[in-house]
Formats: sequence, C-alpha cells, structure tokens
Amino acid sequence: MGRPRVDTSKVSVLGVRHHGPGSARAVRAALDELKPDLVLIEGPPEADSITSLVGGLEPPVALLVHLADTPKAGSVRSREGWGFWPFASFSPEWAALRHAHDNDVPVRFCDLPAAHTIAERIARAEAGEEQREKTAGEESAPSPEQAENPEPAEAPERAEEPRVRLDPLGVLAEAAGYDDAERWWDDVVEQRAEGEPSPFPAIADAMAAVRAESGPETGRNARREAYMRQTLRGALEQGYERIAVVCGAWHAPALRDLGDYPIKGDTALLKGLPKVKTTATWVPWTHGRLATASGYGAGVTSPGWYHHLFTATDRPVHRWLTAAARLLREEGQQVSSSHVIEGVRLAESLAVLRGRPLAGLDEVAEATTAVLCEGEQTRAALVHGRMAIGERLGSVPPETPMVPLQRDLIAAQKRLRLKAEAFDRDLDLDLRKEGLRERSVLLHRLRLLGVEWGVPRTPDGGQRGTFRESWRLRWEPEMDVALIEAAPYGTTVASAATARVVEIAADAELPTLTALTEQCLFAELGEALPEVLALLTDKAATDSDITHLMSALPPLARSTRYGDVRGTDSGHLRTVAQQILARVRAGLVPAVRGLDDDAAARFVKALDRTHNAATLLDDDLTAWLDTLADLAVRDNVPGRIAGRVNRILSDTGRVDASELRRRLGLVMSPGTEPAHAVAWLEGFLQGSGLILVHDEELLGMIDTWLLALPEERFTAILPLLRRTFGAFDAAERQEIGSAVTRIDGGGVTDSRERRPIDVNRAAPAVAAVLGLLERSGA
Amino acid sequence: MTTTALSTDSASALRPHAEQTYASELEALAKVDDRQRPPGWRLSPWAVTRYLLGTTLDDGTEITPKYIGSRRVVEIAVATLATDRALLLIGVPGTAKTWLSEHLAAAIAGDSTLLVQGTAGTSEEAVRYGWNYARLLAEGPSEAALVPSPIMNAMARGSIGRIEELTRMPSDVQDGLITVLSEKALPVAELGIEVQAQRGFNIIATANDRDRGVNDLSSALRRRFNTVVLPVPDSAEDEVRIVTQRVEQLGRALELPDVPAGLTEIQRVVTVFRELRSGVTEDNTTKVKSPSGTLSTAEAISVITSGIALAAHFGDGELRPSDVAAGIQGAVVQDRVADGVVWREYLETVAREREGWNDFYQACREVGA
Repeated sequence: MGRPRVDTSKVSVLGVRHHGPGSARAVRAALDELKPDLVLIEGPPEADSITSLVGGLEPPVALLVHLADTPKAGSVRSREGWGFWPFASFSPEWAALRHAHDNDVPVRFCDLPAAHTIAERIARAEAGEEQREKTAGEESAPSPEQAENPEPAEAPERAEEPRVRLDPLGVLAEAAGYDDAERWWDDVVEQRAEGEPSPFPAIADAMAAVRAESGPETGRNARREAYMRQTLRGALEQGYERIAVVCGAWHAPALRDLGDYPIKGDTALLKGLPKVKTTATWVPWTHGRLATASGYGAGVTSPGWYHHLFTATDRPVHRWLTAAARLLREEGQQVSSSHVIEGVRLAESLAVLRGRPLAGLDEVAEATTAVLCEGEQTRAALVHGRMAIGERLGSVPPETPMVPLQRDLIAAQKRLRLKAEAFDRDLDLDLRKEGLRERSVLLHRLRLLGVEWGVPRTPDGGQRGTFRESWRLRWEPEMDVALIEAAPYGTTVASAATARVVEIAADAELPTLTALTEQCLFAELGEALPEVLALLTDKAATDSDITHLMSALPPLARSTRYGDVRGTDSGHLRTVAQQILARVRAGLVPAVRGLDDDAAARFVKALDRTHNAATLLDDDLTAWLDTLADLAVRDNVPGRIAGRVNRILSDTGRVDASELRRRLGLVMSPGTEPAHAVAWLEGFLQGSGLILVHDEELLGMIDTWLLALPEERFTAILPLLRRTFGAFDAAERQEIGSAVTRIDGGGVTDSRERRPIDVNRAAPAVAAVLGLLERSGA
Repeated sequence: MTTTALSTDSASALRPHAEQTYASELEALAKVDDRQRPPGWRLSPWAVTRYLLGTTLDDGTEITPKYIGSRRVVEIAVATLATDRALLLIGVPGTAKTWLSEHLAAAIAGDSTLLVQGTAGTSEEAVRYGWNYARLLAEGPSEAALVPSPIMNAMARGSIGRIEELTRMPSDVQDGLITVLSEKALPVAELGIEVQAQRGFNIIATANDRDRGVNDLSSALRRRFNTVVLPVPDSAEDEVRIVTQRVEQLGRALELPDVPAGLTEIQRVVTVFRELRSGVTEDNTTKVKSPSGTLSTAEAISVITSGIALAAHFGDGELRPSDVAAGIQGAVVQDRVADGVVWREYLETVAREREGWNDFYQACREVGA
C-alpha cells in the first residue's frame, strides 16, 4: 500500500450507542485495558478548552456551544445560534471523559466544529425565512410557528437518504429478527454484564457490512467523518501511541479503516466551510430533557432505566421493582414483598417467553402494572413514568464559563441601568415610559425563568389598567445558579422565557394557564401567547368545574384591558375571555344548588370577581346580567348568593328600588327561615352597607323584621348578623346607627345632618372627575 | 355432577368448546413445539402465544388468530400462568375476557370446561366441594358421596380452573379461593383428607370493572392474582377484523344461509361504535355525546350477525344498511330518553353529512329513533 504513514494498530475505535449504559460499561472496561495515551471523543472541538472542568461536573450535564456574540432577540441567529451535547452518567462519552480525567490522559473532541454546524444551520434557516417571506407576502410578520420549527429547511435533505443510513441499527435488528432496534441493541450490547469480552470489534464489523450496502457517506456526515479522520491523523503525527476513539457506532468503520480514505479527499471536503465565532460552556442538564432533547441525535426515552442499569451493581430487575414498590408505598399503596417477588418472577418469565436474555424496561413495566399495581394502569403509569425518567439535575462548578443567558442579562442590566445588588431596593416604575417599562418586562421575564430578582410589592397587581408597578429588588447568589439552570431554554432572556412559558403551559391547569396569559403580556412574550391561548381554549372546553372557569376569567379580562393599554393585539384574548364567560353563564344556575355556607361564601367571592371581569369585557355585560337576573328569582339558591346577586343587580340598575324592596320583603316575610334571611342579608350587604343609609325604606324593612323575630330565633341569628355588620368600618356602622335612630324618631343628636350640596364648591371636583373619566375612555 | 343423564353429542353442539373447534390446530402446534413445557402443560408458553395470536407453522398449517389486539396482553397472561400465578382478566364487558380465558385453558390444559360462573347466588360448594346428600345419609361421609367442584377437579387433574365474573360472587365465597391459591391444596375436613393440586393446576378468573354493586376482591385474594386489563381494540382496523372473523364463525355454527358479510357494513358499524364510545369522530374534528351502554366489540358482532340473519331470511341475501339499522339502534339506545337524544344527535350531525352514508342514515330514520 502506498500510505505507510498511517499505522492503524495504534488506534482503537470504540463504536457506541450514544447514551447506552452497556456501551458506557464496555467503554470503561476497554479503556482500563487499553490505557490509551489520548482519548478522542465525538463532539465539538470547541469544548477542548473546558474538559479540565470535568472533575467538578455532576452529570447529567450538557456542552453548550453558542455564538460568541449575543445575537439580537428574535432573530434567526438567536434561534439557531446554539447547540447542546448532553451527557448522562451512563453515556459512553462521559465514561471516556471521566477515564481521561481520572488518569490524566489528554482528551479531545474530534467531531466537525460546531462553528461550521451552526453557521450552516443559520444560513439554512435564513434562506428558509426569506423563502417564506417571499411566498407569504406581507401578511406574515415573523410568527411563532416559524420560530419553533426549523425543520422544514432540513427535511428535503433527509427525505432522500436511504433507510439504512437513517436507521442502521433498525436494519441490523431486522436481520436479527427483532422488530425494534432499541431492543435489539439493548439485548446484544446494553444489557451486558461486567467482564464480558469487548464488543467493539464486532460492532465495527457489523457497521462496516451495513455501510457497504448503503454506499459512501455524503453531505454533512461525510464532512464530519472527514474531520474526525483529520483529527485522528493529526494525533498520530504528534506521536501518540495508543489512541482510543469513542464515537457513534455508525462512524466506527470510517475511522478504523483510516488507510482506505485518501487525505486529499478529506481536505477537499473540509475546504471553505462557512464559519461563525463560537464559545463553549457546560450547563446542568436534566433527565427529562435528555429524554426529549436532541444534540447527539439519539434521544433516550428512559434515562432513569439506563441510569439504573448503569449504577445497579447486580440484579437490576430485583432492584428496580423493589424501588417501584417503595415508591408505591410512599404513595400510600399497600405493596408487600411478595408482590415484588411475584413481579420479578413475571418479568423474568416474560423475558424468557420473548426470548430476551434479561428482562428489560418493557417487562418490568408490565410486571409493575400486573402485579405491583394490581392492574391499575393509571397508578402504574405514574410510578413507571417517574422512574423511567428518574428526574435528576446535574450541576456545574462555579468557575464554568458564563452561559449566554447570563451575558444577555448583564447586557440588559447595563442598558437599563439596573444593578444587581445583594440588598433590598424598592423600585417604582411608570410603565408609560419606554425605559421603565423595559425594566418591568425584564423583571417579569426573569420571574418566569425562576429568577426572583424582583418581587412585586403589591402582589397580584389588583388594580386594572394600571400603569404603575412597584418592585422590591434583591440579588441572591442562587439566582446565578437559577440562570444557569435556565440556560437550556435559550440564549437570551426573552427566548428562554418564551420557551419556559410554553413548557409550563403544556401541562398546566386552567387557572395556571390564565395566570400565564397575564404574565405573557406583562413580560411581552408575544410569541408564546398564541400557544398559551390555544391550550387555554382547549382546557376551558373540557373543564366542567365552573369555579375553575370563574377564577380563570378575571386575569383574562384584566389582560384584555391591559393589552389595550400596551397596544398589543388583544382581539384573540378577548374572544377567549368571552368564550369562557359564555361557559360560565351556561353553567351558573346548576352550579349554585345545594352549596353549604362556606362554599356559598367562596362562590360569592368568585361571583364578585366574575362580575368585575364581565364589566371589563363590557360587550358581554348585558348577557351576564341577564343570567344573574335569571338566577336572582330562582328558588333553592343559597341565601348568601341570592342576596349578593340582587345587590349586584341593584347596583347596576337592573333591579329598581321598588322591586328590590319587594324581594327583600319576600325574604323577610314570616314564611322564610330566618337563617336563610340572614344569609341573604349577609350576601346583600357584603362589602358595603351604605345602601341602608341611602334607602331608609330598606332599613325600615330589616328593622321591622328583626323586631318581629321571636326571642330564641333572634338569639340564633345574632352571631350571623354581627358577622355581617361587624365587617363594615366604624364610620359606616355609625351612619347606619344614626339612620336607625332617625327611623325610630330619636333625636338626631350629632351634627351629621345632611346639608344641601353647594354647587359652586363642588364644581371643580366634578370637572376633575369628568376629565379623568374622559381620559380613561369610559 | 358425577352422573348425568344429559350427556350430549358434542358434534351437534350449538357452540363447541375451543379445544373441540381448534383440535387440529392444537395438535399441529403440539407436533412442532419442541420448547420446554412447564410441568402439566400441553404446550410450551411460546406455542400457547402462537395459538392465541395466530401464525403459520413451518409445515404450512395455518393457526388462526384467536385474540386480535395487543401481543403484550397475551404474553403477560401466558407468562403469569407459567409462573403458576393465578390470572385475573379485567375489562369492560365485551373485551374478550371470557374468550381469552377459554382459549388459554384450551391451549394449556386441553380442557376449558372446568368453569364456575360467579353470581350473587354462587355458594361455597361451587368453588370447594358439595355432597350428594342421599349418599351421605345412606353411607355416611365417604369419597363417593363427595361432589367435587370444577376447581377441585382442576386441582386433582392438574388442569386450569376458570372462574367467570369473580367479583359477582359473595365475598366469603371469593375468599374460599385463598387457600386454594396459596396452599395449592383443598382440605376435606369431613373425610380427613386433602386434595393437593397437581402440577399444571391454575386459575383464570375474569371480572368486569364497569358494573356497580359487585363485591370487590379482598386484598388478600387480590394479591394472589396477576391482573391484566384487557383494552378495547386500539385501531378500527383491528376491530373490523375481530368482527369479521367472529361473524363468519358464528354464521357457520348457526348454519345461517350464506350472506357475504359486506365489509362496508362491518366497517360502518365499527365506526359508529368507536365514535360513540370515544365521544369524538374518527377524523377527530367533531365531538359527539356518548351513550350509557358500553358498545363493546361483542355487541358489534351481534349487530352484524342479526343483520345477516335478517338479510338471509327477509332481505335480498345481501347485507344492507337497513338490516343493521335496527340492531345498531337497539345497541345504542339503552335508556330511551337520554340515549335517544344521543343517537338522534349522532345521526343528524355526523351520519347525515358523511359521504356514502345516506342509505344508512335513511334506514336509521325509518326505524325511527
């Protein structure tokens, strides 16, 4: 052969499945035996400089490679300008990193630099964006669906690839008579015990056979392999004697048979690739993200199981089912050891029946359902889901380079002249001023990311159409940690907050969703809003609990109003709010039946809030009041609610004074149970009793009713009555008192008699109020 | 009963047992089955799953699928019995619990007849043993005077005992099974003997989780069972297959005149049932109300069979929408008022506008909801 320089005997290629515990175990054993003087790992070489931090990392962690400069929020570069390479404790790549670190062996990443990958991705996304803009014309402003979905641009390239390249393991598994590639790999490689001979030569041979069928690599994969080979050649030239390469099984033959690939071809492949400036750092990762996220491409559906397989010293099935039993006991289910024994037996005999060497995740899942949970699938799914993911959060040492999110925040802090200080500082913001509003938006976004730098001083805002916000700021060191933890969501505060909101919304209940809607507006996360609203509509359609709907409405109504002030498009919001109000109206009458006193009290509060919301959505106020009017005259409505509804109707002028008196008369008539009457009164007078001062006839009726009560009845209702009147403030009580004295004909002793209104003196006040009303658009 | 004057000819039986109907399949499987068989089993677990799920043997024998649906369910059931644990099949009515239990017993023990039907009136004798009182009085307690229950027979023969509707039995009778399952022995105190279960003995019980007023299993008994929940068929495809296959078999047994069971009608019935059951149309766009009945696959089968009978005897010999309309309405409308509304709404909002469903819609209208 004419290539004497390449001596492949110095190179051992370990083809692995990314995140496969068996592979990890095999890699560990192989490295211990090989004692390499250089370890090469498939991964972005940008990370070479931070491999020194491996000792301080606690997996799961991820390598984050991102653009060196912070891109503008919302741009293609901010959406595409980063990538993650996650590692779990059971990843073979991690095993290799640890081995290198523990034995002071130099370690390098040998994949195509992320600088090229990211540059390509950005270019493609930008091209896609232009295309879309051209076709969609002016109607489409950058919409969120484009943001979440960079695939379309990639898809064509993928569609052309033959199946064997897309899924080499699937083809091999089929050849071995398996219908599921994962299971085949699990059986053949992953479920290996310690001490079995190294599987790597066989894997490389198998892959070589598959690759021979699929033809040479093209496109990105060809470039990646060319780069890996170049790195390998470089290392050989530097004189390393025993080089271990840990890479995906697919690439193993391409590196092992280094001599078959001419250097010239590889250099040509790598010429003139687009490039951007990038930086790498470590971020903590979670098992949950490992299960879904990409990076190494191979997402793991059950990291908890793999972690277990990797860490359990022996008898993985026994240990797993014992752990499941303990978890079930914590949940309050009786699970005995005999359940576990029978579970293990079932799992093992299932494995035998299916011809598998060892019970796998499927078998233990089925044993959990059939034995441990006695057929209760929901509970089994809960326990199993929790264990299969096995949630776990990694950590990184403090000296890790800053994540882009931190840098973005620092830039924002500088721009908005907000300093991170470790003591309380109060901040009042006038949202009508651009700069101050941006500060508020930043604080709201950070709160969504779990960074409670600013805490609103008057919780829940409360006032509608507010343009003033009060915050208390205090920076705690753990907020840096929170920021790092939030790094996987995005590189800028805005994009991370958007991603976070979408994630929370995915499995939130109705009240949470409405609160989120409001927060989206406060935090100006317009991109997340449509998704949250879509979920909200779905949830509202299926939620049958009317109190849920009622509590969902106020924040929505406020948001509608608030959106108006901010100038955001609130049309959609309003539609959703109106829909919910319509559902509340439909369900209101049946919902109030048979509520006890406490429930009625809560319902009254909900009713008040819904009424306020309906007032804000003024188009629907009439329909809402119609529903209330219908409710007010029904029997079987708890007194407290009936009273409250009548009060609302009278306050809005839907029931005039004479009708109100008639209704009060009915309630106060001897045929009505006094307890009902007093509850009615409580609901009616809740909040303010001034109506009694203004309508002496009403007061007279109550007075007469009270006087006519037999003594024991009076004693019975007295505490309730006291509760009603005790809630008024002192001045109000005094006024009512003097009104009663007036009725009784007692001399009005104090000076609080009504003077005629002095028109001249009132004029300036009236003018001011009118001005205010005009300004608010009422 | 030990003596019966009612012995019948199985060849003319209305419904032969599984082991009779599929005798040839079982035999063919036993011939090729070279895997290890658990003690007392006629077939290996592998062959039992093949028998239930259907396959083609190397010698060309076609094994028809008995259970169409999740392979998982069958594998768990067989693995459970192989570990000599009792098996409890749970599901809404019509999910083939009894069907599966019969075929499991037929394949494993070659005998699916050791059956106890659970009812509110099932007494302890039905699961333990009773006495032939005439003999008991005449001869005193003896083995000859003992009337063993199907379960006791199954223990003695090392066979599979089946219990239908376990939760309908009174709780004290249910608990009589605990000793049987844990000690695998049934003492007969009166004679001072005990029947020890022979290898191969096991129990398959079925229960229904839809019904109210049932006696829930005590946790002591429950924990002696592995529980398998039988799902309603996943896909419309599967359900159509189940219905087609069963309708054919039933038609053969009842010697109905040959009526080609139109696939369109079967698909239609299955679609109607699935949509009403899940509360949403198959294309996932329209919500519909669900009626009070379960609308199981078994009911779909009976709608089609009765439709075929109608078509054969009164119709033109071909299954038409009008033949199934009455049956389908009868299955859906269990409660006259509430279900009537559901059915009418379905007809008007879904059936009416669907392409190719006009005949069906008209036929249902004629039956009158």
